[in-house]
Amino acid sequence: MAVTEKELGEILAKLPSKVQKNRSKHILIKDDCKPDQEIEANTRTIPGIITNRGCAYAGCKGVVLGPLKDMIHIVHGPIGCSYYAWGTRRNKAKTADPADNFLNYCFSTDMQESDIVFGGEKKLAATIDEVMKIFNPKAITISATCPVGLIGDDIQSVAKAAEERHGIQVMAFNCEGYKGVSQSAGHHIANNILMDKVIGNSSEEKAAKPFAINLLGEYNIGGDGWEIERVLKEIGYHVVSVMTGDGSYEELRVAHTAELNLVQCHRSINYIAEMLEVKYGTPWLKVNFIGIQSTIESLRNMALYFGDEALRKKTEEVILREVAKIQPQIDQYRKICDGKRAFCFVGGSRGHHYQGLFAELGIETVLAGYEFAHRDDYEGRKVLPTIKTDADSKNIPELHVERDTSRYQVKLPPEIAAELSKKIPLSDYPGLNVDMQNGSIVVDDLNHYETEEFIRLLKPDIFASGIKDKYVVQKMGIPAKQIHSYDYSGPYAGFGGAVNFARDVSMAFASPTWNFITPPWQDQPLLDGQINEGGAA
Amino acid sequence: MRQIAIYGKGGIGKSTTTQNTVAALAEAGKKVMVVGCDPKADSTRLLLNGLCQKTVLDTLRDEGDDVDLDDILKPGYGGTMCVESGGPEPGVGCAGRGIITSINMLESLGAYTSDLDYVFYDVLGDVVCGGFAMPIREGKAQEIYIVASGELMALYAANNIAKGVQKYANTGGVRLGGIICNSRKVDNELELLTAFAEEINSQLIHFVPRDNIVQRAEINKKTVIHYEPKSDQADEYRSLAMSIHKNKNFTIPKPMHQDRLEELMMAHGILG
Repeated sequence: MAVTEKELGEILAKLPSKVQKNRSKHILIKDDCKPDQEIEANTRTIPGIITNRGCAYAGCKGVVLGPLKDMIHIVHGPIGCSYYAWGTRRNKAKTADPADNFLNYCFSTDMQESDIVFGGEKKLAATIDEVMKIFNPKAITISATCPVGLIGDDIQSVAKAAEERHGIQVMAFNCEGYKGVSQSAGHHIANNILMDKVIGNSSEEKAAKPFAINLLGEYNIGGDGWEIERVLKEIGYHVVSVMTGDGSYEELRVAHTAELNLVQCHRSINYIAEMLEVKYGTPWLKVNFIGIQSTIESLRNMALYFGDEALRKKTEEVILREVAKIQPQIDQYRKICDGKRAFCFVGGSRGHHYQGLFAELGIETVLAGYEFAHRDDYEGRKVLPTIKTDADSKNIPELHVERDTSRYQVKLPPEIAAELSKKIPLSDYPGLNVDMQNGSIVVDDLNHYETEEFIRLLKPDIFASGIKDKYVVQKMGIPAKQIHSYDYSGPYAGFGGAVNFARDVSMAFASPTWNFITPPWQDQPLLDGQINEGGAA
Repeated sequence: MRQIAIYGKGGIGKSTTTQNTVAALAEAGKKVMVVGCDPKADSTRLLLNGLCQKTVLDTLRDEGDDVDLDDILKPGYGGTMCVESGGPEPGVGCAGRGIITSINMLESLGAYTSDLDYVFYDVLGDVVCGGFAMPIREGKAQEIYIVASGELMALYAANNIAKGVQKYANTGGVRLGGIICNSRKVDNELELLTAFAEEINSQLIHFVPRDNIVQRAEINKKTVIHYEPKSDQADEYRSLAMSIHKNKNFTIPKPMHQDRLEELMMAHGILG
């Protein structure tokens, strides 16, 4: 079912003209006849529009730093910022000794009014000392919240002094919520400092085992990373580090020894993958471990990269066995799901990743989009040189890396790399748009009004999104699945995850709940108006 | 109770002018409270004869929520009540937020008693951020007087403050009561200030001449009214106090464009 330009125009027509002009650039109807459809992204949200976006602090502390389990992450700010970034993302972690896992704790300087007036630096220093005394972690991060930036606490010098005092790395992140237009800015701030100060800060020169890889942009939500690693390890890969799901400071320090970097979430980490290539000569491969076919393809691409026959054989063996195990279950669930239609509006990569898994269950994605992605996540990396940097992106400090002459190694001879690039997405990502069906909708930074209007127009059977719009959607009689946190479930990645997802989605469809809800368009007029006194004007 | 805020460029003599005016009002039997809104906490020194009192914010930091009005409100010359809001040391924290906290604290402690005739806020420098605008926001101070001189920078600052007053005039009901000239003996100062005040839709409420007795009184930690009550300068402050007391001319200021201000300087500020 395709949407016409006219229908889209009618939805936007209700907005003020300036807003209409702005939003129309963020929405496109996929047209197979137009090869390079452009979409606006990573720009400021319009005041008054109810957006799903988060802030730079959420991206830095909540997404990237938070999952690093053997470090302590101090939030410098009022307690609420800390509390609401504590455990809600469901990024899981395990350590050999449970005492080394600090993920369940919440560390905050709990700034009060007098800390704002007199400055919070002393309190932050005291918090670090207290953390050292009680927990003695391997390293500490400090994330700044909005008021810290406003009053100008010098967290960098507090961190430096603490490093000298305690002899461990203490890193300060100026990720005040107002930096940048969305959480994406926070990913950059966090990753840049990890790249600059942690990766490679070990004397190890060689990975412990062959087929050494890093898994970048995998955050182990609901145990996704564990399900991926289970398969990778069985095939024979050595996972050096994960950025950052179930990740650790110790592993990150040796991340430079990997022979290949896998990029799961392109949005949050592609620039780090690029820097690792520049600095150490390690190529990166875009993977997608969501969905059976995508997982299979990613595994085969990895085997192609390493070009090892035994590895290739083992890959096929594992694929065969895993698929045989899950296919009968998937087939059952497909009977419930087949012919349904989905909206898939998530983050910076899942809006794309989940479409394959939906398709495997017979569900068509009729609308997709990202909350905080940039143009390259929609249109592919080919548009990177044409993206103009605006004042908002210049606000985020840029990191420039150079070749590490002692550690740089050509992992692939250029002619082999060129040959491989024709077969596998080596250092490339073609974006979401190419995979969208003709006539489907791509929308950036979807807002409340558009959510309601598109639901009325397209009447999807399921809405894959997050907590912020979940209940609005469910009250419209449509099951909503949280693809940020997976509600209370997961893992959804890899082979085992596909079954979990199929089960949860089928459960949502089969629930009798929806029969008790009357969506507004069934008992309310689609048009409303009022009668003016004295008749029509 | 009339609540009055005194603004002006840093170093123009706001604190001295305010305390001398307050002393004159006290002498005339008025009940006055002075709230110093400067982190340096030197707005009540002359009224308290140098007694360095503990500021609202220091007290709040040391005592937590358990603050008593007696801890922060000290009696000064002629029965005046003196409070210093205080604030962080230079370069840290947020002094503006400090003023907001401090004024809210004074209100909740009941410092604004009904027997007060006047509350004077002596505010640091320019209206640089929301905190420093606190006394003129939310109807705290209804009248503003700007201390200025014939120097260009002082008039720049005065014009800027007028912008702040204009901004809050509609929401908080604040009005400009006039310009106080604290003379620096620059050329044509009286004419320039009169023209300036008219141009921004206000009045020159008093021209305070320059006199070294002010300096001597300050060294002795006293207002001129207290130190040399019979001097001409004491009478100048008395007459300023009376002008404020009788003032009926409250306006919404019309701040000038920078170019116009410079034209005005050219027209009046240069002799011959």
